[in-house]
Amino acid sequence: MNPTRSPQQLEDTITGGIGESPLRPDGVLKVRGEFAYSSDLWHEDMLWGATLRSPHPHALITGIDTAAALAVPGVHAVLTHEDVPGENVYGLKYQDTPVLAADRVRYQGEPVAILAADHPEIARQALKEIVVHYQVLEPITDPERAAHDTTLPKLHPDGNLVRYQRIVRGDPDAEADVVVSGVYEIGMQDQAFLGPESGLAIPADDGGVDLYLATQWLHVDQKQTAKALGLPLEKVRLTLSGVGGAFGGREDLSMQIHSCLLALRTGRPVKMVYNREESFFGHVHRHPAKMYYEHGATADGDLVYVRARLYFDGGAYASKTPVVVGNGTTLSVGPYNVPNAKIEGWGVYSNNPTCGAMRGLGAVQPTYAYESQMDKLAAALGMDPAELRIRNAMSEGSTNVTGQVIDFPAPVAELVQRVRDMPLPPDRRSSSVDIRELPGGASNTTHGEGVVRGVGYGVTIKNISYAEGLDDYSTARVRLEVLGGEPVAMVHTAAAEVGQGLVTLQQQIARTELGVPRVTVHPADTSVGDAGSSSASRQTYITGGAVRNACLAVAERVFARAARRLGRSPEGMALSGGKIVASDGEVLAALADILGDEAIEETREYHHRPTYPLDPETGQGDAHVQYGFSAHRAVVDVDTELGLVKVVQLDCAQDVGKAMNPDAVIAQIQGGSAQGLGLAVMEEIQVAGGKVRNPSFTDYLIPTVLDMPPMRIDVLERADPHAPYGVRGVGEPPTISATPAIANAIRAATGLDLPRVPIRPEHITGT
Amino acid sequence: MRVNVTVNGEHRQADNVWEGESLLYVLRERLGLPGSKNACEQGECGSCTVYLDGVPACACLVAAGQAEGREVRTVEGLAEGDELDPVQESFVECGAVQCGFCTPGLLVAAHDLIERTGQPSDTEIREALAGNLCRCTGYEKILDAVKHAAARKAEVSR
Ligand code: FES
Ligand code: FES
Repeated sequence: MNPTRSPQQLEDTITGGIGESPLRPDGVLKVRGEFAYSSDLWHEDMLWGATLRSPHPHALITGIDTAAALAVPGVHAVLTHEDVPGENVYGLKYQDTPVLAADRVRYQGEPVAILAADHPEIARQALKEIVVHYQVLEPITDPERAAHDTTLPKLHPDGNLVRYQRIVRGDPDAEADVVVSGVYEIGMQDQAFLGPESGLAIPADDGGVDLYLATQWLHVDQKQTAKALGLPLEKVRLTLSGVGGAFGGREDLSMQIHSCLLALRTGRPVKMVYNREESFFGHVHRHPAKMYYEHGATADGDLVYVRARLYFDGGAYASKTPVVVGNGTTLSVGPYNVPNAKIEGWGVYSNNPTCGAMRGLGAVQPTYAYESQMDKLAAALGMDPAELRIRNAMSEGSTNVTGQVIDFPAPVAELVQRVRDMPLPPDRRSSSVDIRELPGGASNTTHGEGVVRGVGYGVTIKNISYAEGLDDYSTARVRLEVLGGEPVAMVHTAAAEVGQGLVTLQQQIARTELGVPRVTVHPADTSVGDAGSSSASRQTYITGGAVRNACLAVAERVFARAARRLGRSPEGMALSGGKIVASDGEVLAALADILGDEAIEETREYHHRPTYPLDPETGQGDAHVQYGFSAHRAVVDVDTELGLVKVVQLDCAQDVGKAMNPDAVIAQIQGGSAQGLGLAVMEEIQVAGGKVRNPSFTDYLIPTVLDMPPMRIDVLERADPHAPYGVRGVGEPPTISATPAIANAIRAATGLDLPRVPIRPEHITGT
Repeated sequence: MRVNVTVNGEHRQADNVWEGESLLYVLRERLGLPGSKNACEQGECGSCTVYLDGVPACACLVAAGQAEGREVRTVEGLAEGDELDPVQESFVECGAVQCGFCTPGLLVAAHDLIERTGQPSDTEIREALAGNLCRCTGYEKILDAVKHAAARKAEVSR
């Protein structure tokens, strides 16, 4: 059984290879409203699934009664933890998350029961008929206490600490002429992708299930789902449908297991679609953090040491907390040369919402803190903030805080110089003021009086790909065949296109490597090998590398066949414009003739060079395979009376190694910067006593077109010799460096300390 | 209840519609037109924007019964057969589409703006699209696309 609306094969219409900016193969479908997103899927006799969630952040479950719900006409199944046939537990790093809560809930919104009904409204009504008896407990909400206070109740068998990591470099007790310190806090940000968590599970004749869904990593979902269903992997088949953004929020499971459980129980296709409120409860968020920092420098402005303690609140379940602690500590001093350091990072369990992956994973929090510190240090030294950064910038050959030697270009100083040297926007006073351009905009709150301007910088370093010894790889299958008299390449991977443009890139690589204009992209599914996750800025690098390897293998077979046919050596043969050419450019044969009716198909993997775990005592080790760097300069106007902020301009310079698709690179920088702006001035899931106070787009604000200023963008291409095509992951850095640039600009404008983001009006007005 | 609407020029009828179903639900789940998107269903994001009797409205906020006898034009009705509307074409060409979930709503809002104003200024575009959230693009390429589409339409009608 296939869904009536299902993922499309992307036929190519546009040409363009590596380094060009061809248009997206899914663009026309998307503007016509014909692209099938996961919430658009539909099947003849499908049911609607719904989830009952805990209203309490912490409680014991003493009983669940589903009889009344099951009796509601139109309800076909009501399931609890007792109905999970396999293991009632899953998790990305640690297996600690129940599929359905059994005896205890650890966060508000934790799934307790699920049901399937004929209509979403029946489902919603029936949820109210499920009776759950709770014994409410005191929630643990302070991460710092959770890290140290062993008298607190244990949320998990091993206690409330998920990971502790220490990094010691040089002399941890070094002293310096000039010392600045600060305590910084960052609120809980949400990925707020627009496409809701959704999918369609269809029971199969073999007792298995086919799941069509939006996710970031098909194979990891498949493994976790199969285990909970008690089915072998091959009976749980996943196909990617249209994904409406992800940003890390789709790394953890949401409706995957639940929809499959319901489909297998009812024997009917089950569609689940979260509404926006449920989406806020149903996915993990960015870790809020509290960070204590001390920087020491010589009187000339050379960094002598950094000491920091970082607390990351992981919420109820581990999710990506171990990685957040790893990234957070290893990236804790930024892209700077720091000879002496003592860094400690704690990731803890609490009864706050679970936190996991979000764009900039683990780097967003410390970057905000150390970049705030860099400005504070510049002020203490009487130095220009950009100058201080340039002076201390790491470069190729530097050794970072974990002792890893940077053996690839690291043009940090140049990035700072570039944003510093971009023209500033005209002074407000010298140009005529359009009121809509001022803080408060059309609300007409000021005509310029009480408005001050500031300029600030933010610079970051982000690791690309999975780290600390993980074998991070991707698989690609490439087939070359003659269709309609023309050679056509088909690329098949399990890599998730979440909006970033991976489908375009796969075509570009195949076109370039195989010299054929026509390339199609097969829908991503689990019938091909693992591609890893669309996260950690890794897909262009890793899946791009796999597609290249598969293309090269296909080409090799083409050359061998041609060599046999033509009676010459395959040496020096190349593919170009649908022809096989010799090294001197002579056309040897048409590719279509060599292929004939016999397609050539090859599957290859790409593994990046190995990384290593951190020493648990000293935190030393070559933990990361590659780093991305970006720098922002923000210009802001602040209405000091009302505390309103208008970001006037936001400029960015980033090194991408190789701009595989220059327009898409710019688009990533623009979109990433908007998320960084959001965190700086508006975005926060407000949690009080473990409860979320703003689970809606009415109260959780993301930047609109009125909030985004014009951007100047400078893209550097300093090829990484270790990466395919020299690429450097692009997606995350711009999100990270935008936030501190804006925060620093607001400080520069107001002279206030502002040790917390998002910066709210009351922080500025002091009310 | 039964709801009769004209959608993209065609008379359509939906039976057994529940009280409380939105126009968005009827379009997406009953009439097979999932182009209008369901990102918040609270009137906050603009992804579900459709023309209702020629005026842009959030389909998620319109009760199905309220649409009785009225004219709806969705993103699926912007193109003339194979021919994309200039605003659709420009969104593709300017790279204004990433995940594309915001796109249908933005297209209807931008289409309406250009119909009303011809060549909107930057500030007018920003104000007109302020009710449409996009999480992927940072909006810059969307602004480019709208300007581009307006210029194109002006050229065609000249
Ligand atoms: S879905 Fe209607 S405004 Fe968001
Ligand atoms: S393109 Fe993804 S929300 Fe706009």
